[in-house]
Amino acid sequence: MTVAEPVVAPVSDDEIAEAGIVCRDLTKIYSGVPPAGSWSGGGRPAGPPGGARPQRVPGEPVRAVDRLNLVVRRGELFGLLGPNGAGKSTTIGMLTTRVIPTSGQAFVDGVDVVKYPPLARTRLAAVTQTNTLDRSLTVFDNLYFHGRYFGLSRGESRRRAHELIERFGLQDKSRAMVDTLSGGLAQRVQIARALLHRPAVLFLDEPTAGLDPQARLALWDLCRELNAAGQTILLTTHYMEEADALCERIAIIDHGRLLALDTPAGLKASVGAQRIVTVTLERPESGAARERIERIAGVNRVEAEGRVLRVYADVVQGLTLEIVNALVAAGEELRDLSVAEPTLEAVYLKLTGREYRG
Amino acid sequence: MTTIAPARPRSGARPLSLSVAAQLRTFLALISRDLAVLFQQPLSFIVRTSMQPALFSFVFAYVFPRIGFGIGGAARAGSSLSFGNVLLPGLMANTLMFQGIQAVALPLVQEFSFSKEIEDRVMAPVPVWAVALAKIVSGAIQGAIASVIVIPAVWIATARAISPDWHHPALLVSMIVIGAFVGASLGLMMGTIVNPRSINLLFALLVLPLTLLGCVYYPWSALHTLRWLQIAVLFNPVVYMSEGLRAALAPQFGHMSLWAVYGLLCAGFIVMTIIGVRFFYRRVIS
Repeated sequence: MTVAEPVVAPVSDDEIAEAGIVCRDLTKIYSGVPPAGSWSGGGRPAGPPGGARPQRVPGEPVRAVDRLNLVVRRGELFGLLGPNGAGKSTTIGMLTTRVIPTSGQAFVDGVDVVKYPPLARTRLAAVTQTNTLDRSLTVFDNLYFHGRYFGLSRGESRRRAHELIERFGLQDKSRAMVDTLSGGLAQRVQIARALLHRPAVLFLDEPTAGLDPQARLALWDLCRELNAAGQTILLTTHYMEEADALCERIAIIDHGRLLALDTPAGLKASVGAQRIVTVTLERPESGAARERIERIAGVNRVEAEGRVLRVYADVVQGLTLEIVNALVAAGEELRDLSVAEPTLEAVYLKLTGREYRG
Repeated sequence: MTTIAPARPRSGARPLSLSVAAQLRTFLALISRDLAVLFQQPLSFIVRTSMQPALFSFVFAYVFPRIGFGIGGAARAGSSLSFGNVLLPGLMANTLMFQGIQAVALPLVQEFSFSKEIEDRVMAPVPVWAVALAKIVSGAIQGAIASVIVIPAVWIATARAISPDWHHPALLVSMIVIGAFVGASLGLMMGTIVNPRSINLLFALLVLPLTLLGCVYYPWSALHTLRWLQIAVLFNPVVYMSEGLRAALAPQFGHMSLWAVYGLLCAGFIVMTIIGVRFFYRRVIS
């Protein structure tokens, strides 16, 4: 690893009770070959794709998750980002009581998930990328029986199911058998079902994998809406743009280890990733403007190409304004200006020293 | 927006476990889901369970005696020693076993493999073993109903040529109940052990031998001339179901000791349930 692991302060009991999710030195070591998908709900195609799993010798134990420390606040939309085989699904598996950690602790809504799995299951809900809806039941009955499993009375369960069906715009499909639903709709029904017992934390394991772009955007909107209403969400994804678009904070993990944890903007800034400001002038630049821009703090390099100036700069406040001022002072007329933000790809590259293998 | 608001952090100490009553409610809900699915299509269930025993008894207990084939000895149709009377308890036992496969093993194999439908039930707030046990209970209920359906099916198919002995109701009911649980536990064990790709082998290597060597078509005592076979079939749980039901419905043919029947069925149930629950756990928790 090229980057030192983030230092994590120990978490007190009070913080555990207050947080949505806490992982303390959470570790999972598979002896021999880890099961495909790491937890049975993962639904990943059997067998690791070439090179996607940590390098391992057959028969050697595999550290799928390695001393992971994490605190997700209540009400947060938190992203777990990493390539296939990074340990995302194993982490979610442990937090949702389906994978028993080798060592370490995990708490969801203040409940120790290893010590009290049935109780923890009342506080959480997990939605996977595969359609795990009950195919013998209608959409409505999927929701209704889910409520019954969680101890709701017949009437209460029916009322909740109706509410959520209406809330999710599924009225037309209420009586449909689930195998007639499109991928995007099935995913909506799965989320509706997951929310029926009012979980404190909603886990979405690569929820948009395999969805068409329209359905993916609809699901993004849904996530934002739920989060705006106070729902704590932990989302795993191997799409950079998804984590960037949705998450308040992102943990980047690979080989089961936490590489970085920050807001998307913070992550981009922390690795000194560059912002590229492209300026188009009315006529070819004389050289004076270029000199002035190069003197601005944070600017690393300026390329001139006819009427176009490309400014490579660190992410600093007020940069564009200073560039515009410099241009005006040099007597240039500005036609167009665009700013390209640093991407998470750049962050990832910097952290792992290799191309993102999404 | 109130409908989707998550549970807010509650103040004060919260209990660190779920009450037994709450978990029992979940357990019953898991069973009610299976029964709801079953009763969605009651006609299909009746046809499915009655066809095989009806056709079997029609051919062997109605057609054969009339075309001069002497299966079941020389007894005339209608007499208490007719083949139909041997057959009825055997076919009921066979149904109890087969329902275990059909109601528990086959759905489980599917739910574990490609559809992963079991997910929502595994995530219900009860220990994982309770989800497996709920599967056994609902499978047993299904098996018991199916075995009762066999009685009118055989009665009609043999043109009323059976005369079951109704004088041992306690024995009959207890045998159906125990047999149904044994069948369901066998189904749980098979459904969790068998690889989806080898599901067809299950029928060739398990269901057929269990049926044909399960004293379904003959009383166990009749095997005395083939001593090795008489001993070999003792590993087959269907033998004890057949013998127990025969003791209840057709005692005139003789049967093995009821102590052995009850004892070995209970032992088989416990062993297969433990194995089935363990494999179930290994399928859903890693």
